[in-house]
Amino acid sequence: MLSINNLHAAVDGKPILKGIDLEVGAGEVHAIMGPNGSGKSTLANVLVGRDGYDVTGGQVVYRGKNLLDFSVEERACEGIFLAFQYPVEIPGVSNLYLLKAALNSVRKHRGLSEISAVEFLKLIKEKIKLVEMKEEFLHRSVNEGFSGGEKKRNEILQLAVLEPSLAILDETDSGLDIDALKVVANGVNSLRDEQRAMIVVTHYQRLLDYIVPDKVHILANGRVVKSGDKTLALELEKRGYTWLAQNSDAAAAPSAGV
Amino acid sequence: MFEAVQKAYVDAYEGAASGLPGGSIPWVRRVRESGLSRFREVGFPTVRDEDWKYTNVRPIAKQPFATAVRDGVVVTGVELPEHAALESHRCVFVNGHFIPDLSRLQKLPDGVTVMSLSDALRQGVAELETELGRFVPDALHGFAALNTAFLTDGAYIRISDNCSVEHPIELIYVCALDGEQPQVCYPRNLVIAGTGSRVAVLERYVCAQQDRYFTNAVTELVARPSAQVDYYKLQQESARAFHVGGLFVHQDRDSTVTTNNIAMGGAIARTDLHVTLSDTGAHSTMNGLYIGAGRQHIDNHTQVDHRVAHCTSDEFYKGVLTGRSRAVFHGRIVVHQDAQHTDAQQQNNNLLLSRDAEVDTKPQLEIYADDVKCSHGATVGQLDPNSVFYLQSRGIDQDSARSMLTYAFAKDVINRFAIEPIRDELEHHLTLTLLRGKPVGEPA
Ligand SMILES: Nc1ncnc2c1ncn2[C@@H]1O[C@H](COP(=O)(O)OP(=O)(O)OP(=O)(O)O)[C@@H](O)[C@H]1O
Ligand SMILES: [Mg+2]
Repeated sequence: MLSINNLHAAVDGKPILKGIDLEVGAGEVHAIMGPNGSGKSTLANVLVGRDGYDVTGGQVVYRGKNLLDFSVEERACEGIFLAFQYPVEIPGVSNLYLLKAALNSVRKHRGLSEISAVEFLKLIKEKIKLVEMKEEFLHRSVNEGFSGGEKKRNEILQLAVLEPSLAILDETDSGLDIDALKVVANGVNSLRDEQRAMIVVTHYQRLLDYIVPDKVHILANGRVVKSGDKTLALELEKRGYTWLAQNSDAAAAPSAGV
Repeated sequence: MFEAVQKAYVDAYEGAASGLPGGSIPWVRRVRESGLSRFREVGFPTVRDEDWKYTNVRPIAKQPFATAVRDGVVVTGVELPEHAALESHRCVFVNGHFIPDLSRLQKLPDGVTVMSLSDALRQGVAELETELGRFVPDALHGFAALNTAFLTDGAYIRISDNCSVEHPIELIYVCALDGEQPQVCYPRNLVIAGTGSRVAVLERYVCAQQDRYFTNAVTELVARPSAQVDYYKLQQESARAFHVGGLFVHQDRDSTVTTNNIAMGGAIARTDLHVTLSDTGAHSTMNGLYIGAGRQHIDNHTQVDHRVAHCTSDEFYKGVLTGRSRAVFHGRIVVHQDAQHTDAQQQNNNLLLSRDAEVDTKPQLEIYADDVKCSHGATVGQLDPNSVFYLQSRGIDQDSARSMLTYAFAKDVINRFAIEPIRDELEHHLTLTLLRGKPVGEPA
């Protein structure tokens, strides 16, 4: 589904991603871990096409197409979704309005007609149950005045409504209390299927207890320095990043990982 | 050169005076001549006048506009705004003159008088003698003075005491001028809402063609004790036209007046709103929205005078500007010495959608009483690129994302407009202006 090949990217002329390689197949869940500032969010932002993240080398192929040729909204319509680490607040635009506009954009792209008001409400009612969100949140402005945890839950609501093919979750677990974590994980798990892939960025094993990954990658200094199965996360939890630093030749070698 | 143009107006007055409606009635002549002499004295303002510092009216002042006469009025092909959802009593004026055939006044309830000012002048309606011109400040600029000199037609609206008018009264000014010789219209309205009455009035300027013409309008609005008035000025002139308008509001005890001042037309458009709170318990809400595109210049000067104690005013103006448009907002609050316990709020927020759009916003508080609550705030900002990106990342294209956010910006002021079809129309115009980057009504 997603094939990242020797990806380099810079922000403000400063190289951040320094040769990322990653293969994500349909139906797989990949976890990305790594120290603060290692480039995890940068990778996520590059994948969704955010302005200011300049790709300086490498390729990203998504479902057989060169992803980097597409605009932000085209990528979204093609099924890429990023649950942001820091979702923005949008005063004056209601959650419900955004969900409907987004869903209709995606439907239009797929050649479907606009969803009827009745159908839409039915869908939304079902989805807010999934993330255990109160209905009043639908009528509030997007994320405005939401607590940290509520914002994250709201991202998952959007994810559940838009049903993307590739979902990227950037630290969706941080700031969540233990109950909310379960709710979010359940929501995410219910969306797992053969057709859908997920990239879960996290610092904590805790989330991976609920969302069990097929693969775990460790990013350091803009490169994937180690990849493994779910046990890698457990090992990392036990031994910390200093253990990785000891394998520093691995971190330096461009062919490291996988 | 200005002198010559000004003289042309004076000469035009002299030639036309006796033929104007009520021209043989001495008091009418006196009113007109007071306007003329004020005009002779001050002429057109220039950027050296503090109140016109950011609005250069030279394009208006440098050429003589001929008065649009009734005989030349062509009423065919004039398209009037139609709202299926808005039921209204309607007065239509083409090129400044009342056109009964296009108007719709059959269903006016008892206690409501709506007539053309020219008829009212000819018939010598007694109230006009005492009230017409009374609420226009003496220290008037040349435009309003010229309007007084040439006052001819417009609406005279009188709501009897304790009368509630269910449907809005709509005054539609259409300009359909052939453009060969630039012409000017002088709409003049007098609205008197009697004690305890309730009414909504919609004063609206639209254009039939994208011509250059000049509208020089003055409205006087009087709210008698406990009257409640919801007033709209909706300015949608041709993008090549000039519009200078005054709205002078006088409020008596316990009256409530909401002015909704919406400006989106005109190459140069200026509105002076002046509210006088003359007796205790009066409340004024001033809502405003201006939308500029292309090379439009839109100026709103507002002033509220708190003359006595225990009055409140709440002003909320928002502007959305794109292209190379420019806006001016000047909000003056004067709290006179006796006006203790005044509560006056003012807020002006602007959204610039392009690099070349510009706004000058200036609050001016003059407070001579000591026990008052006044606050003001002004902001100028752009769309937040993070918000645009966020919406795009959910599949919404950039234009739609920008228009959603723009509407979100303007929504809280639009929601203050009580007439729903007006709200819908503004949402539509806002989106259109933004998407096309052109003033409303201008062809693509
Ligand atoms: N807009 C930006 N301007 C300047 N530097 C940036 C910008 N975005 C990212 N960076 C830098 O790029 C590096 C990688 O940042 P990134 O946000 O991708 O890290 P991360 O792995 O997600 O970290 P965390 O675990 O703290 O979320 C950091 O050094 C950061 O300061
Ligand atoms: Mg991050």
